[in-house]
Amino acid sequence: MSTAAPHERFLARHSFIELPARERARAILDADSFRELLGPFDRLKSPWLPLQGVVAQSDDGVVIARGRLGGRPAVVAAVEGAFQGGSIGEVSGSKVAGALELALRDCERGRPVLPVLLLETGGVRLQEANLGLAAIAEIHAAIVGLRRHVPVVGVVAGMVGCFGGMSLAAALCSTLIVTRQARLGMNGPEVIEQEAGITELDSTDYRLIWSLVGGEQRHATGLADAIVDDDAEAIAAQVRSAVERVASPRSEQVECFLERLAHIDPGNPPEPRALRVLWAREDAGGH
Amino acid sequence: MGTDRSLPGRGLRWFEALTGLEGLLDLGPRTVRVADSRLGEEIARFIAVVPDPANRFPRARQGELGLEEGWTLARQLRRTVAEDRGARARAVIAVVDVSSQAYGRSEELLGIHLACAAAADAYASARLAGHPVVALLVGKAMSGAFLAHGYQANRILALDSPEVLVHAMSKQAAARVTHRPVEALEQLGERIVPMAYDVRAFARLGLLHRLIEGVNADAPGADDIQRVRGELAAAIDDARAGSRDLSARLTSAAARETRAASIAVRQRLTEQWDAP
Repeated sequence: MSTAAPHERFLARHSFIELPARERARAILDADSFRELLGPFDRLKSPWLPLQGVVAQSDDGVVIARGRLGGRPAVVAAVEGAFQGGSIGEVSGSKVAGALELALRDCERGRPVLPVLLLETGGVRLQEANLGLAAIAEIHAAIVGLRRHVPVVGVVAGMVGCFGGMSLAAALCSTLIVTRQARLGMNGPEVIEQEAGITELDSTDYRLIWSLVGGEQRHATGLADAIVDDDAEAIAAQVRSAVERVASPRSEQVECFLERLAHIDPGNPPEPRALRVLWAREDAGGH
Repeated sequence: MGTDRSLPGRGLRWFEALTGLEGLLDLGPRTVRVADSRLGEEIARFIAVVPDPANRFPRARQGELGLEEGWTLARQLRRTVAEDRGARARAVIAVVDVSSQAYGRSEELLGIHLACAAAADAYASARLAGHPVVALLVGKAMSGAFLAHGYQANRILALDSPEVLVHAMSKQAAARVTHRPVEALEQLGERIVPMAYDVRAFARLGLLHRLIEGVNADAPGADDIQRVRGELAAAIDDARAGSRDLSARLTSAAARETRAASIAVRQRLTEQWDAP
């Protein structure tokens, strides 16, 4: 542990959030073990974006990298939040699904591969609508299959956050790591405002939105497993420790969550602060 | 269990028609209907998510998939797997007519994403445990609600009807998010297959096992019901004979054409997977 003053520790940090997806994947994997698959020179682009006047990108906004985690074989799928909001199209979604399917194949052959998902995504890319949704269903299928062999680790760092169908992928992970800058929710604030009205949610009220779906709230209510500072070393260390843990996936804890919901009065729902008491983490000494 | 005629209840109508209301299980919120009913030579578990104007969560009263719906689906599916352990794995039929996931502030706070994930997880786990899972689209199959209820099936069937819609987002919400008028979105759908909402366009993506034509989807007669039951039984047999993953979605002639990129990505990834 460092004994430096807080501001010195802050200055010594290497922001993870500021890194593009490729550098994020490199930062997670053991030093010098990064090897990208289907990189930009393979030129697998979206066939659908140019038809709608959008310039395609030669990696379609997803980086797949093989490498090692604590010396063990691993694969990282990192979504690039800066390209089309990290949206999942046919190619980017198939890159994630295909990488997870190959990891599963190797696990079934007795050669475990540790999967890590770096999620920075608004969900389905609307220009590829149904093919994005289909790929997301395949990603879910692969995560559930993989979890029977190895822990699947998800990271939501920010600033895009993780929404739509990919929020289900985050929820399916064995361990989910977030930062305070992360947001994790199913419906983007704009969509809730559109569907349910501005009295339900004002999509411009950022403070409210973070209080509902921000990383700190998700961690405090047990919907994320670990909260870390925006520091590449700290996040990589969390990932390395998460792959050693055998966790009981949250999405399998059916009776616990039905019991919790039974105690909620929808006519008088809890505020975010109150939920932190009701759903306090066990490791925080709650009840 | 009467049908409220004022509600758009295609899911409930088909659930009632296919099960004949035999073997109903009364376990939990009225929005999740479950029945063990005869289908051909076997008993299958039918599951539908239906509207309930008295649902205690107001954002899930019109057939949306809400917090309790997601977790209840997960409970019913996990019970199915537990009950059949060591015996023949029952077929599961998901009757799909879901307009969306529930949109709301409480829903986000209380983890609607996790509730939907729990249902998707339970469907996938049932499939991996050897249960043939067949989804029958009779109405809307939208977005996160479809991911939670139906999209993890071994085989997806759909009625050929203009009201059977599959998409990632409602037209109104998609219009707002993409800053386009609804009419412009509809025109795009005619030109770009994955952007379309109608089930005939969806069939061209190669994700459907069968598009069932010539059935009265709104008021099915005895012949219609018999035909659909026959299609379900055939899909169950096909699923039992096939693999437990979703790879069948990439092998049809339509998939080879429209999802060529999905296939190419997997081929190239496989080539590069192991270090040279």
